[in-house]
Amino acid sequence: MPRTLTYMKAINEALAQEMARDETVVLFGEDVAGGAGTHEEMDAWGGVFGVTKGLWEQFPDRVIDTPISESAYVGAAAGAAASGLRPVAELMFVDFIGVCLDQIMNQAAKFRYMFGGKAETPMVIRTCFGAGVGAAAQHSQSLYPVLTHIPGLKVVVPSNPYDAKGLLVAAIRDQDPVIFCEHKAMYAMRGEVPEDLYEVPLGQARIVRPGDDVTIVALGRMVQIAEQAAKKLEADGVSAEIIDPRTTSPLDSQAILDSVRKTGHYVVVDESSPRCGMGTDLISLVATSDVALRGIPQLVTPPHTPVPFAKNLEQAYIPNPDKVVAAVRAATREGAFA
Amino acid sequence: MTTAIRPPIGLDPGLLSRDDLLRAYRTMRVIREFEERVHKEFATGEIPGFVHLYAGEEAVATGVCDVLKPNDYIASTHRGHGHALAKGCDVKGMMAEIYGKATGLCHGKGGSMHIADIDTGMLGANGIVGGGPPLVCGVGLTSKVLKTHQVGISFTGDGGSNQGTFLESLNLASVWDLPVVFIIENNGYAESTSNQFHQKGIDVARRAEAFGMPGMIVNGQDYFEVREAAQVAIDRARSGGGPSLLECKTVRYYGHFEGDQQKYREPGEVERARAERDPLVIFEKRVTSAGILPADQFRMVDAEVLALIEESVIEAKAAPQPTLESLLDDVYVSY
Ligand SMILES: Cc1ncc(C[n+]2csc(CCOP(=O)(O)OP(=O)(O)O)c2C)c(N)n1
Repeated sequence: MPRTLTYMKAINEALAQEMARDETVVLFGEDVAGGAGTHEEMDAWGGVFGVTKGLWEQFPDRVIDTPISESAYVGAAAGAAASGLRPVAELMFVDFIGVCLDQIMNQAAKFRYMFGGKAETPMVIRTCFGAGVGAAAQHSQSLYPVLTHIPGLKVVVPSNPYDAKGLLVAAIRDQDPVIFCEHKAMYAMRGEVPEDLYEVPLGQARIVRPGDDVTIVALGRMVQIAEQAAKKLEADGVSAEIIDPRTTSPLDSQAILDSVRKTGHYVVVDESSPRCGMGTDLISLVATSDVALRGIPQLVTPPHTPVPFAKNLEQAYIPNPDKVVAAVRAATREGAFA
Repeated sequence: MTTAIRPPIGLDPGLLSRDDLLRAYRTMRVIREFEERVHKEFATGEIPGFVHLYAGEEAVATGVCDVLKPNDYIASTHRGHGHALAKGCDVKGMMAEIYGKATGLCHGKGGSMHIADIDTGMLGANGIVGGGPPLVCGVGLTSKVLKTHQVGISFTGDGGSNQGTFLESLNLASVWDLPVVFIIENNGYAESTSNQFHQKGIDVARRAEAFGMPGMIVNGQDYFEVREAAQVAIDRARSGGGPSLLECKTVRYYGHFEGDQQKYREPGEVERARAERDPLVIFEKRVTSAGILPADQFRMVDAEVLALIEESVIEAKAAPQPTLESLLDDVYVSY
């Protein structure tokens, strides 16, 4: 029986194994050691979702609580990275990027370029994103396109436990600043995860499922939505190929173009806002390439609105398999360009 | 003005009218019962999202807001129910909002963490720690420019007092001489992290001096101490004297959020606080022992409040969900 782990535990294991292997890896963030040492029955929260639980007990000197001062500790990650550590800083929710964006965007992302290649900033910012848990407008955004927009940053969006572990290991070992975006509604998802330490290289897409009639590109939790749609389509005789880019920067454009060249039809499913988002970027990749589409490419995203709180509104907000099926029908309508 | 670190013993209850006293007690009781009930209902799984309860800290919100005028503004935290209730937000509208219903104060768009009501001067609970202090600097500026004599109050936790936005706001309010009061609710924890691990120099009020404003520390469990100090700070702000910082030492009875097991707290810590430092008990004792009001008056308030909370839950559960068409409402005024 192959071993299965949750997405959360896969991330935890990547950190534990990499910290054991490399003593320059340090982990810090709000409540990562949380409460440990307060009284006799020491307990470490491991961050608000418990992702890093157990690590403080193993590495008490390298798992460090921070004050609620994101600007200072995210900046400290950049400074530490430039001076010899490999920090993994946890930004509890990606929505909090606002209070520390300067340190990410103007410092960490630009050191190497501005300093004529003389600096390296091997740091990871782990954060969570996404709607689906009733967390409302300030705790549910999918802001990875904002970070993808910035040259100098690498951005990872894992869609399953296997990738989460391997991509995080690759991110920690990478010499550039990496933003590692975990979908908070996927922490409990189980999947096969090898026990040994392995890397999933940044910039290499995964063919989630091969198909002939249409290419669906999806990231993070939208991969599951695309898979559900593909099953429905299969029943109707439509064979969908799903590509998960896994990282938005670097982006494996070759894998996407190769697939679309084969299928001739193109749909993107993305959870970020529709304007100037990941979806528009992925559509433009194909639209401006030499690949001839045989139908109008389709984009499935939430509407251009903040994430609502009420359950029914939140469900209406998130792309669902029916919307993807409809988009595939529109994308594969023959003669659309006639 | 020099920096006073501790004000006198607290307001003499006899200086307030019986109506004022009963109103203050009622507000605290409403907050308590609201929170106890949300705690119970959350456990049934019917309330979506994250809920952070204010129980234990009632005297802070009430002592401060009782000095405010209806057109003053407050900016709150993620732990916002108590502030909203003390500022006068509708109990039923709040309960419906927590359930995500169309009849909620924010039409189900915000939930517990974003309860707001501009008409009552409640600029919102806030999902972003440190989001509030800059906003009340804006309130202070409006008041100064338009000469409205309004005051802006921000509530911030001990954890939030480490956020750059808080420290920048102290400085801005000070150099602009804004009619603003910064309230620190120091309950000793930022989520699971005790303040012994997140700040050196546990008294946040001492930072005031560095920004050229008065700082005060009060027992946040005692309504009369909070109210007296808030009165000093708010009067000073309203009369053009500039900002102040008021730190209230307090306790939260529940976990950081509902579902938090609180293993980071010492065994018995909360039980001891409930037994020895309960703001409602302290209030009632001070008033009854001074012979101002008999205990049965308080019991009448208790009964009335319990009935109100019960009604609010029944109505919230029965209320309709927002219509799907409303998903795109209110993104812009016009687009
Ligand atoms: C900018 C930002 N960072 C982190 C968080 C996550 N967070 C929410 S509440 C909280 C702790 C706040 O502690 P404190 O200010 O002491 O208030 P208390 O919860 O004790 O009332 C944290 C870290 C957040 N919401 N916003």
